[in-house]
Amino acid sequence: MDLSAINPILLIASLMVAATPLLFAAIGELVVEKAGVLNLGVEGMMIIGAIAGFATAVESGSPLLGFVAAAVAGAVLSVLFAILTQFAQANQVASGLSLTLFGLGFSALLGQNYVGIKPPQMEKLDIPLLSDLPVVGPILFGHDVMLYVAIVLIAAVWAVIKFTRAGLVLRAVGENHDAAHALGYKVVKIRILAILFGGACAGLGGAYISLIRVPQWTEGMTAGIGWIALALVVFASWKPWRVLLGAYLFGGVTVVQLNLQAAGVAIPVEYLAMSPYLITILVLVILSADKSSAPAALGRNFHASR
Amino acid sequence: MTEVLLSLKGLTKAYPGVVANDTVSFDIGAGEVHALLGENGAGKSTLVKMIYGLVKPDSGEMTLRGAPFAPAEPRQARADGIAMVFQHFSLFDALNVAENIALGMENPPKMGDLASRIREVSETYGLPLDPYRTVGDLSAGERQRVEIIRCLLQDPKLLIMDEPTSVLTPQEVDILFQTLEKLRAEGTSILYISHKLEEIRTLCDHATILRLGKNVGECIPAETSASEMAELMVGSALTPPERGDREFGEVALDISGLSVPSPSAFGTALRNVHLTVRKGEILGIGGVAGNGQDELLSVLSGETLTEADAVKLGKTPIGRLGPVARRTLGVLAAPEERLGHAAAPDMSLTENAMLTGATREGLEKNGFLKWSAAKEFAERVIKDFDVRTPGPENAARSLSGGNLQKFVIGREVLQRPEVLVVNQPTWGVDASAAAAIRQSLLDLAAGGAAVVCISQDLDELMEISDNFAALNEGRLSAPRAAAGLTVEEIGLMMGGAHGMEVAHV
Repeated sequence: MDLSAINPILLIASLMVAATPLLFAAIGELVVEKAGVLNLGVEGMMIIGAIAGFATAVESGSPLLGFVAAAVAGAVLSVLFAILTQFAQANQVASGLSLTLFGLGFSALLGQNYVGIKPPQMEKLDIPLLSDLPVVGPILFGHDVMLYVAIVLIAAVWAVIKFTRAGLVLRAVGENHDAAHALGYKVVKIRILAILFGGACAGLGGAYISLIRVPQWTEGMTAGIGWIALALVVFASWKPWRVLLGAYLFGGVTVVQLNLQAAGVAIPVEYLAMSPYLITILVLVILSADKSSAPAALGRNFHASR
Repeated sequence: MTEVLLSLKGLTKAYPGVVANDTVSFDIGAGEVHALLGENGAGKSTLVKMIYGLVKPDSGEMTLRGAPFAPAEPRQARADGIAMVFQHFSLFDALNVAENIALGMENPPKMGDLASRIREVSETYGLPLDPYRTVGDLSAGERQRVEIIRCLLQDPKLLIMDEPTSVLTPQEVDILFQTLEKLRAEGTSILYISHKLEEIRTLCDHATILRLGKNVGECIPAETSASEMAELMVGSALTPPERGDREFGEVALDISGLSVPSPSAFGTALRNVHLTVRKGEILGIGGVAGNGQDELLSVLSGETLTEADAVKLGKTPIGRLGPVARRTLGVLAAPEERLGHAAAPDMSLTENAMLTGATREGLEKNGFLKWSAAKEFAERVIKDFDVRTPGPENAARSLSGGNLQKFVIGREVLQRPEVLVVNQPTWGVDASAAAAIRQSLLDLAAGGAAVVCISQDLDELMEISDNFAALNEGRLSAPRAAAGLTVEEIGLMMGGAHGMEVAHV
């Protein structure tokens, strides 16, 4: 066992990379749930985003174009969910689950010809001087641009929800759709927009796995990140900054346990492998002990009656 | 009447199976307080929703100050100076007062400016409010203030108020009326929906009466007696409940020194509550919502357990017994909230009858359900209490509020209780159904049962109770004989005006 082989700077840098897919998926789902919709199809939208982004990047040679395609693909899949739940009044839990199953199967079909290919690399940010700084450089200024996009997205969602009228209306719709309707807000329209946003974010998260984190395409490569994102939103009490905290915690423990495995620590691999899930959930459960609660209309379908 | 502000002509709106409004026409004058009277289901709500742009009429037209008026959505109605205070408050519990108000405005100012505007307007009209409090923490009266201020901030020409006084103490009603008088003096028209006839007589200039969707008459309330208006509303003369002479027996329910901490963050703690009810007695408990009514009911029904001696049935301590054990002994309860607490909305009436009647009516045997007996019991409730429904296999949710309320009360009354506790027995129930429910409570007491009736409707309490006590912040006042109590005395027992003050514009 040789713990000295673990480089703390690289460790922190790589935990940020590990956390980013989760961050994308969770912040999207947070907005969806704030609007009162429970979309359990995050995993499905992520994996569709992963293959769409991967294929587009390979064919066009541009990873950035890949990310755009991934966001579009995630949003398109979420349209299916929106139609089912907002127009056909289908049960949200069942619709979300079927979205995940569909996404996993369909992505495997699409990805048959892409197994074993290397995607074009995304450039790392290289700011003269800043990126060369010791310690701070590789941690703060040495990543690909999408990682920063994720963090900016968290800040933007936080600000919009807290400070803008759009955010207020979003919360109102998720809190009491009947009252929002009575005041003249378009509940269904607002929810569909939120669902699309959630789909696009999940797609970005998926593409981040296939284009940057891994980077290659294998079937079912999202490996449950979508489900962790769903849990993260709940345990983060629907607060954007706690999502960031939870995602980095999860990423951190993942990277540490991988390093520990590599260093040959005498703990069975299975325990190490489950540790990110356990620790993240434990910490977030403790954090979410305060009384801030779920959007009151979460998971309830809205139908304008008399 | 001076000039006409809003004129309705032949408004008709039909839903599958029911005509909610049938060629309704009337005029609302500028600066007039116009009452809209009618029983539940008479079409009052549909009518005001058409004015507010939530529902489109099938035919007929409206004119506002002479110009055609057909709002496609509430936003447009608001822009034309129409504001509405909803019956079921359209508020968002998790948001604060200022955010709630901003949601109801077209172009809200910045939060800081809005907060100071709210303070200013609320103090001008004697309805003090802290803009940064979370609405979920407010009392019913305060929530109503939020709604009213949301309307006032938009400088409305027509203010629609749907049953505004049902949650207020008499003093608060006085202050509300002064606010409305002030608005009238400023030239604002008010469309006032209520079934409290005395209120309408004191406040309103003109009244339109709806029955089954039709305009069946108009009157000047000040010159018309309450019973005449009631007859127009119901279509036949109402018989007030009869209270026969009753002898009180020995003490049936005895609560002494009961203190219970608040069960939830938004609840009220009960503090040192004493009460006794004798056989054949009806004890009325008044008070503004949120002063411990729900908590008192749950202590009596057995949902909240207390020390054994704190609650006694006769001489038997029952404080540690749960609801089922209490039912077996004859202590029954009908809570306030019909859908969710008193009845399971998506279950059939038979199943709902089974849920509380199983033990006392013998609807189960060794854990197996006796469906035919349950169905008979449900049918008996439906028949005896005139519940309007095609049959006991219908879901509780499908019944109108008044019919479900009759079912919920009837279900308990027919189980021959020794002590019956009801909370808001006629909430949202029309006049004739309310009279039937009150009569059944009086009959039950005449049969020797002890009845505790918790209600916010003071007229109701005065009509049926022998003794009256009030809950205020979890404390119960000493009971007094109901006969001869004045409104002022009751108001003081309820804790006065709860921090409201008279408008000083």
